[in-house]
Amino acid sequence: MRDIVFGQYVQQKSIIHLMDPRAKLIFLVAYIVLIFCTFNFYALAVPVILAVVMMLLSKVSIGKYLKSLKMIIVVVIITAIFNLFYGGGQVFLKIGPISITEGGINNSIVIVLRILCLLIASETLTFTTTPTDLTDGIERLLKPLKLLHIKVHEIAMMMTIALRFVPTLLEETDKIMLAQKARGADMDSGGIVKRAKALVPIFIPLFVSAIRRAMDLAMAMECRCYHGGEGRTRMKTLRFSRVDVFGFILFSFVTAGIILLDIFLPHIVR
Amino acid sequence: MNFISVENLSFKYDSDGEKLIETSVIKNLNLRVNQGEFLCILGHNGSGKSTLAKHFNGMLLPCGGKVYVDGMDTADEKLCFDIRSTVGLVLQNPDNQLVASVVEEDIAFGPENLGVPSAEIRERVENALKAVDMYDYRNHAPHKLSGGQKQRIAIAGIIAMEPKCIVLDEPTAMLDPRGRNEVISTITKLNREYGITVVLITHYMDEAVKADRVVVMDNGEILTQGTPQQVFAQVDLLKSHCLDVPQATEICHKLKKLGVDIKTLPLDENSCVDVLMEVLR
Amino acid sequence: MSAIIRTENLTYTYGLKTPLEKTAVSDLNIEINEGEFLGVIGHTGSGKSTFVQMLNGLITPTKGKVYLRGTDINQNKKELQRVRFQVGMVFQYPEYQLFEETVYKDIGFGPGNMGITGDDLDRRIRSAAAFTGLKSKLLQKSPFDLSGGEKRRAAIAGVIAMDPDVLILDEPAAGLDPQGRDNLLSQILEYHKKRKNTIILVSHSMEDIARVADRILVMNRGKAEILDKTRNVFAQGHRLKKMGLEIPQITKVTQKLIENGIPLPQGILTVEEAYVAIAQLLKKEGRL
Repeated sequence: MRDIVFGQYVQQKSIIHLMDPRAKLIFLVAYIVLIFCTFNFYALAVPVILAVVMMLLSKVSIGKYLKSLKMIIVVVIITAIFNLFYGGGQVFLKIGPISITEGGINNSIVIVLRILCLLIASETLTFTTTPTDLTDGIERLLKPLKLLHIKVHEIAMMMTIALRFVPTLLEETDKIMLAQKARGADMDSGGIVKRAKALVPIFIPLFVSAIRRAMDLAMAMECRCYHGGEGRTRMKTLRFSRVDVFGFILFSFVTAGIILLDIFLPHIVR
Repeated sequence: MNFISVENLSFKYDSDGEKLIETSVIKNLNLRVNQGEFLCILGHNGSGKSTLAKHFNGMLLPCGGKVYVDGMDTADEKLCFDIRSTVGLVLQNPDNQLVASVVEEDIAFGPENLGVPSAEIRERVENALKAVDMYDYRNHAPHKLSGGQKQRIAIAGIIAMEPKCIVLDEPTAMLDPRGRNEVISTITKLNREYGITVVLITHYMDEAVKADRVVVMDNGEILTQGTPQQVFAQVDLLKSHCLDVPQATEICHKLKKLGVDIKTLPLDENSCVDVLMEVLR
Repeated sequence: MSAIIRTENLTYTYGLKTPLEKTAVSDLNIEINEGEFLGVIGHTGSGKSTFVQMLNGLITPTKGKVYLRGTDINQNKKELQRVRFQVGMVFQYPEYQLFEETVYKDIGFGPGNMGITGDDLDRRIRSAAAFTGLKSKLLQKSPFDLSGGEKRRAAIAGVIAMDPDVLILDEPAAGLDPQGRDNLLSQILEYHKKRKNTIILVSHSMEDIARVADRILVMNRGKAEILDKTRNVFAQGHRLKKMGLEIPQITKVTQKLIENGIPLPQGILTVEEAYVAIAQLLKKEGRL
């Protein structure tokens, strides 16, 4: 479980690692919009190529990408199968009421490619950006929301603290589980009700401990003069660099390319 | 020079539902902490020593009496952040004091709150990391460090606020012997080389031996105080209040009681060997 | 004396077949005798916690075997729960495992899982509480209302109530003040003498181990470095120091005196022993 949550960031020295987290976040959002705006294979090829390029540029081993792919492969396959039966055009196979058509095949290929692109892009972001940089980037991007009285700083601080304490609490959960097992707690057998009941001896101590830690932390933060976001400076100042500018230019071309391909070539997807 | 002065301090916790805690935690206590000294406050659990610690930087405010830090009254709310950045407080559990998931960002937390300019924060963080010998770990995640290392990061986080004094509330209680040594040598270094006033609150008497002055607390009052030599010479008094003395001191005290001619009681093993060699030769 | 626990090539490797592979315990072959008080020392990361957790099957060894009274405990996974009732385990900071509404119920959790009910359960809870020095009026309180030291006792009572033949305690006195530590250790020693079961005490504190253990297992980098009588272990101060372990101050002092030609017995462990030995020496020489 710990690996799923925290094995994400991969230390490397790549161009993508060097990019500003804000730029990466903006690109990710734009990229997601773009992949859903591709209506033929030519247009779709552009983000697919971009995904491969990103994977290579990030200098993160392909194995890592494949590993994370494994977790959602079932979802991908099920989506692909459902889409097979959905769509018009030439009928290839007919079993009773359902039929596999040319449109269906096209649809499922497009859907699979889109999901893969989406996955690779977001993986690239988390592989190349530390969680703290990510929180920082989100905080700064969302700053305008302050005007709407949304407590951006507080939310970001909560995320920072959560990132800090999740591993600690996971470790604690392990320890408590072992301790209750040593007292003969049986967590691996029985029906749902019995299993749910078996969680009580784990959750109560965990909850108590989390509260205790929160109180301690609040005290420690106060000792270090924490008083909210007002008048607070930051050690790390985010600055857009040449890499980011280059990224913006490249991305503009990609967007233009996709739009042109969409306009001038026939649509094969709805 | 007088740096912190505690005058007629008394404190009790609020009554909590049915359980009325009538007994005061601190009773009419007077204490001075001098600029640049290494003061150790010794006492068993419930002696009021941690409550006293939280008065030094205004985390708790007196019910009666006054606490002055560098001339500032801790009860003055306007001075709250000045006081907390002048007297840094390090707590017992190293895990629960670290805020960020990267070491250097955690250390930057204090100066960031104080509104220090970015470039200067960077400088302070690096100096603080070097002061606690953790510079090589600046990019690590705190949860992967040992207890002693985490506690040193917590100390660095306080140092980065550039306080004149650090108060440590049982910083070694949850550490293994190696971690304890790391922390104690770090704070000794901060005191000796950086001239930072140190108030160490502990129940380990072997840590108290290294201090300039020891204050023994019991039941919310000062039981005795003086140099480690003077304090640990009172073996019977300490023992009757369930406090330990170093084994080196205890053996010589026992022999002295038996009539063996021992003038000064030793505090560490080497002086104990010297004293006993004198006797046994 | 017969062995109650025996290990055979006991090995545990974390993150097997990953880049982070780390052997915590390697090739341990030891015997723990029925009814002995065994101290386990070693600094953090020496593998001592992993080792003791394998003794009651909380961790399955990656190689090798643990025999409890001659039976391999991991042979039949269904029997593991029974093994855990026989080999009780008190973790570091055990108060963090308290969860019931009352101390009484919490102590009864373990024996309850064993299927014990009624008067038998009541008797076990009360005697376990008595063994740890927990006052009976505290039994109906919520465990979260107790003081730190009382919580610790309640948690230990929760394991003692299962009446295990082997009781493992991992740093039971961690974080307590000298008084609390002394009381707790005396209580454990008392329990050991009355119940005559096997106790395995894992600790960093040489002074504590010196006071209570019959034999000591010294672990270093996952290996059993020394397993010998307490006195013999502490007589090897230099070897322990090399492993980053400290012997009690009084032992160091007497050892230096011996090195300086004072005829004192080897391996003095407590102030009391040193006092008696030195006083005797002075009397013999007519200087007292």
